[in-house]
Amino acid sequence: MTVVAELPGISRRRILGGALATGFVFAFHLPVGAAGPVQKDSAGERFAPNAYIRIDGAGQVTLVMPQVEMGQGIYTAVATLLAEELDADLAKVALEHAPPNEQLYANPLLGVQATGGSTSVRAFWTPLRQAGATARAMLIKAAAEQWQVTPGSCSTTQGTVAHNESGRKLGYGELVEAAGKVSPPRDVALKDPKDFVLIGKPLKRLDTPDKVNGKVIYGIDTMMADLKFATLAQCPVFGGKVAKIDDEAARKISGVRQIIALDDLVAVVGDHMWAAKCGLDAIEITWDEGKNAKVSSKDIWDHLRAASEGAGVVAKSVGDVAKVLNFGETYDASYEMPFLAHATMEPLNCTVHVTPNSCDVWVGTQIIARAQSVAAKVAGLPEDKVTIHQHLLGGGFGRRLEVDMIAAAVRIGSMVEGPVKIVWTREEDIQHDIYRPIYRDSISARLSGDKVIALKYRVAGSSVIARWLPPAFTKGIDIDAVDSAVDMPYDIPNFQVDYIRVEPPAVPTGFWRGVGPNNNVFAIECFIDELARKANKDPIAFRRDMLGKTPRIRHVLDLAAEKSNWGQPLPPRVGRGVSVQPTFNSSIATVVEAEVDAGGDVYLRRVTLAVDCGFTVNPDTVVAQVEGGMIFGLTAALYGEITLEKGRIQQSNFHDYRMLRIDQVPKIDVHLVKSGEAPGGIGEASVVGGPPALRNAIYAATGIALRRLPIDRQLIAEKKSWL
Amino acid sequence: MVVRAVVVRSVIGAAIAGAVVALGAVWYVRGPGPLAFTGGKNVAVADYKEGDPTGVPADMRQASLLERGKYLAEAADCVVCHTAPGGRKYAGGFAFKLPFGTMYSTNITPDSETGIGKYTDQEFLDAMHRGVRRDGARLYPAMPYTSYTFVTDADALAIKAYLFSLVPVRAVPPANSLMFPFNQRWAMAFWSVVFNPDTRFRPDTSQSLKWNRGAYLAEALAHCGECHTPRNIGFALDNRKKFAGAPVAGWHASDISSDRTTGLGGWTDDDIASYLSVGHVSGRGTASGPMGEAVDHSFSKMTKTDIDAMVTFLRSVPPATSSGPSLKSAPAPLSHTDGATASLLGKKVFEGACVSCHGWSGESAVSKFATLTGSSAVNDPSAVNVVQIVISGTRRLTPSSALSMPSFGHAFSDDEIAAVVNYVTARFGAKGSSLTARDIADLRAQN
Amino acid sequence: MATTLNINGQERSFEAPHEMPLLWVLRDILGFTGTKFGCGMAQCGACTVHVDGKPVRSCVLPVGNLQSRSITTIEGIAATPVGARVQKAWLDLEVVQCGYCQSGQVMSAAALLVSTPDPDDSDIDAAMAGNICRCGTYVRIRAAIKQAAAAQKA
Ligand code: FES
Ligand code: FES
Repeated sequence: MTVVAELPGISRRRILGGALATGFVFAFHLPVGAAGPVQKDSAGERFAPNAYIRIDGAGQVTLVMPQVEMGQGIYTAVATLLAEELDADLAKVALEHAPPNEQLYANPLLGVQATGGSTSVRAFWTPLRQAGATARAMLIKAAAEQWQVTPGSCSTTQGTVAHNESGRKLGYGELVEAAGKVSPPRDVALKDPKDFVLIGKPLKRLDTPDKVNGKVIYGIDTMMADLKFATLAQCPVFGGKVAKIDDEAARKISGVRQIIALDDLVAVVGDHMWAAKCGLDAIEITWDEGKNAKVSSKDIWDHLRAASEGAGVVAKSVGDVAKVLNFGETYDASYEMPFLAHATMEPLNCTVHVTPNSCDVWVGTQIIARAQSVAAKVAGLPEDKVTIHQHLLGGGFGRRLEVDMIAAAVRIGSMVEGPVKIVWTREEDIQHDIYRPIYRDSISARLSGDKVIALKYRVAGSSVIARWLPPAFTKGIDIDAVDSAVDMPYDIPNFQVDYIRVEPPAVPTGFWRGVGPNNNVFAIECFIDELARKANKDPIAFRRDMLGKTPRIRHVLDLAAEKSNWGQPLPPRVGRGVSVQPTFNSSIATVVEAEVDAGGDVYLRRVTLAVDCGFTVNPDTVVAQVEGGMIFGLTAALYGEITLEKGRIQQSNFHDYRMLRIDQVPKIDVHLVKSGEAPGGIGEASVVGGPPALRNAIYAATGIALRRLPIDRQLIAEKKSWL
Repeated sequence: MVVRAVVVRSVIGAAIAGAVVALGAVWYVRGPGPLAFTGGKNVAVADYKEGDPTGVPADMRQASLLERGKYLAEAADCVVCHTAPGGRKYAGGFAFKLPFGTMYSTNITPDSETGIGKYTDQEFLDAMHRGVRRDGARLYPAMPYTSYTFVTDADALAIKAYLFSLVPVRAVPPANSLMFPFNQRWAMAFWSVVFNPDTRFRPDTSQSLKWNRGAYLAEALAHCGECHTPRNIGFALDNRKKFAGAPVAGWHASDISSDRTTGLGGWTDDDIASYLSVGHVSGRGTASGPMGEAVDHSFSKMTKTDIDAMVTFLRSVPPATSSGPSLKSAPAPLSHTDGATASLLGKKVFEGACVSCHGWSGESAVSKFATLTGSSAVNDPSAVNVVQIVISGTRRLTPSSALSMPSFGHAFSDDEIAAVVNYVTARFGAKGSSLTARDIADLRAQN
Repeated sequence: MATTLNINGQERSFEAPHEMPLLWVLRDILGFTGTKFGCGMAQCGACTVHVDGKPVRSCVLPVGNLQSRSITTIEGIAATPVGARVQKAWLDLEVVQCGYCQSGQVMSAAALLVSTPDPDDSDIDAAMAGNICRCGTYVRIRAAIKQAAAAQKA
């Protein structure tokens, strides 16, 4: 998610500052000069100049990761930033997850200790380098004092301080005690990028070796003595309750230890997952389905469509849209986006051990401090009695920014003697997700010749921010829901964005990789293609003419056009489509080449991207994120949709919630633009551009202007006229 | 006058001739009874000297009425039709989708308002044997009373006793949505006159007790013919083609006559017994769809002696003359590059969603239940059953290590399903199907 | 029911019902957590192990069907030359993102290279399409398989 869209009158600083007043957000500046939480342990003396760095007497450098690793490579990026300025040997550092502590580890862009929104590198780019540089300065000072030389005559490399003239050297470990007595300098100089030895190099990721040999421990792999295994069934209708259960058959299953029926869920504890699962299958549960028992997708869409016509809040206004649109021919279209599940590869899970005065939680979470506070609340314990054991995440995508699974696990665990691991079946994971909201976007524009002279964009959908980060929801505007719309790159003299908050009945909604921009970039880029056709212009030429004020975007568009052979002839039924986006401070242009057959099936032939995401900490990781994000987005474009019937989610597993597979994925060419600008986000930005570019490729191949995701293959098959 | 007399006479003559023709037509359409093929003589149970082929198996004769009733109710497979998916057992609401509308099964739990709680013994027998409801209304023959009519009174009442021992469930099934004239229940009275013999089982003196036991099970209780015998123009069973195989609810019930190519002629006794009791025979396939349910809920609960009796009976049914597919039972090549490549799209779907269980050779590495080699479904070029399994999946309850297959119908397009079915039947079957997206849409509508 | 299996070259005995899938025996009884649970219905490949060298989805493989066959899991694959090469290619090309699917990917890839030492794209599709990667590492998986195959030839 992002909370950093620049809005008129609402700057990022203001948002966070405003939030600060509520006490919700602790810090904008990280206390990089302050000492870390632990300074001494049984290992003896150690130097902990701040919350991110510890060095022990043997010279072992331990770096504390404020951000969690879920595949995006942040583990390595964070270590790189710290090690670069500290001049530590990256190959020898030890990495550790940060404990829950909003004061020390809050994400400076989000104001909470969270990983998400493609904020990690952007948020920590400066503070972590400062942390490293501060520590390094202290080590140098300690050595210089010992040698009675000026700090300026000393240098550092690979964990040692050297005095260049005399050739004397001291390892960081030997300086631990003395450095601990040095008072941290206020303003340290950061390295000039040209001197970087780690940053900007395609370094090997630190988390991968254990991920290819089976040694890595995700939350779901937690094991310990006396561990029991459980799985659960929550009411298939959101908000429903358990009315009664008949567990006679389940009790007879060998390996079943305990059956727990709570208000809204039933869990079975067993000697292993299989016993728990068989036990749960054998229980006859009668649900009291409550008020959502009849809700269907159709109801939800009717509700949104009606509400989207209503009045909204103006999120951005330039010129006088009303005037220009009211007096001339307009072009109008509406676009709709479905509910989506996250389907992280690692199904939801949480291991807990609750005793009368302690609660241990083993989990991979994107939001550890909230995990701690929810566990404390549910267990009825003070927060300091709750220990969260953080793990690497088998995918997050926003799902693990929520703590519902932790609350459920602690509720179950409170009824169990000893530790218990609760694993969601894939079905339970998909049917009790917190879904990407549905949106409906209505756009009207007026052309004058081949120029867009006015454009009005209305986005209607639920506000995740209002629930998840209430202080950031001000004046009725969800800054995420309008992100990449209010800052749309086109130079249009009269331009307005309205936001209409519409909460869907019965379905909880949350952040989903790519967040608001997924919706906005799709609608805008599809619409621009339709306008280009109306203006009788090539889609790239049409866009290019309006990108005068956003040269970085224009540059990536040109690059993508060139690299994708834009304009070269294609076989029949094949089209190229383009999209551009300003998301997460990264400028990206995407060209998708796709083929459509008479049955409506769509084949991806080639994807070309030009990416300017500012300074890259690890270019290879950026490319990997772009490849993966592209596939994530295209998967949703082709297949992703969660639907409801009788209050129940109809999808349940990968057979009906489909994923792109290796044999459907084309060549993906990523062209990185070298840039010295501040780093932009990429993990989410990479998801956004594929769907509109694919849709525009289908538009080019068939002339059918699809206005809804996922791609309606049946509709393409039926409209044979294009063949 | 004369003219008029002639006219009157000819009208009468025509009427008589018409009536004769009509009776002849009725006689013809009704056709032979289900056991006529032996040419033997049928007598009342009491007059059959070899023993009693009705009731429960010999070793259960001493069991309580409820236990006997349970066994018989399972043999009659009441539960499958009288339970809605995900609903309470026997509480009805299961949908029968027919070309002329949808019907729902009734609640046969002993709830006195919504179930059969108020039925007297006679009323229950009227329903089972004659298709007449307690309120006098006619049942549609989706309730197989033309088969249940052969069940003895004693057995029917044992079933009733069992049903009355269940927990009453208050549940009203949805209203039927049949179009005219099929929504005219009263018309069923005429249908019954023609097509319901309304007689109890009469053993065949030319056959052994074992055969007669098998016949009683297959005809009266398990009502095999209701699916496996083609229907005539009056929607009744056409026993001239007994067990020749027929379409049912979008599936194809196979030929179970003793035809050597299309039926059970080439099967061993053990093959048939295993198919009935566990729903699987190596090299011949796995029961899914309605037959899978019959195995799960009915045949798998029968004693070995009863299964063997059914095998004896099935073996005696003459070959049907249908021209079904002949089975090809060699595995496909191990490599994806060899073998039939009917459809590239089909191959793509197969390699993503199917091969993990079924293997490139068709021999499953995880469960013999997933082996495609030799399966009658993939050898049927109409491929109807393959389509249905792909769309709806199959979930077998017995034995406990049997596998279920997920339903791919929601996320895969008609085009993709046609492609993968054509690919599968070409690769693993005798003759590939050539279905189109249209065919898939039609089959979806029937299910 | 007591069962003995040979896992990564060692005999392991355990009590488990006949129909219990091998996946849960590995993970919950024997502690081989490298083999992952993703779907439980043979749709994702996260649980792939080798049974007598062939890739099999352990989430749908009843342990009672296994008798005396030998099992290799991700924890044991490095001991085979092909497995080691695949792992090396995976690291060289930085295939991994969240990593959760990768045990299964590595196992499927290793089995492919044993049966087809020099796979073309269609061979890779045929062997790997059953393995879902939610992070979308497919492009690199393909490249890494080719690199491991090349290393094999060299
Ligand atoms: S967990 Fe076995 S294939 Fe997904
Ligand atoms: S690396 Fe995350 S699912 Fe494959």
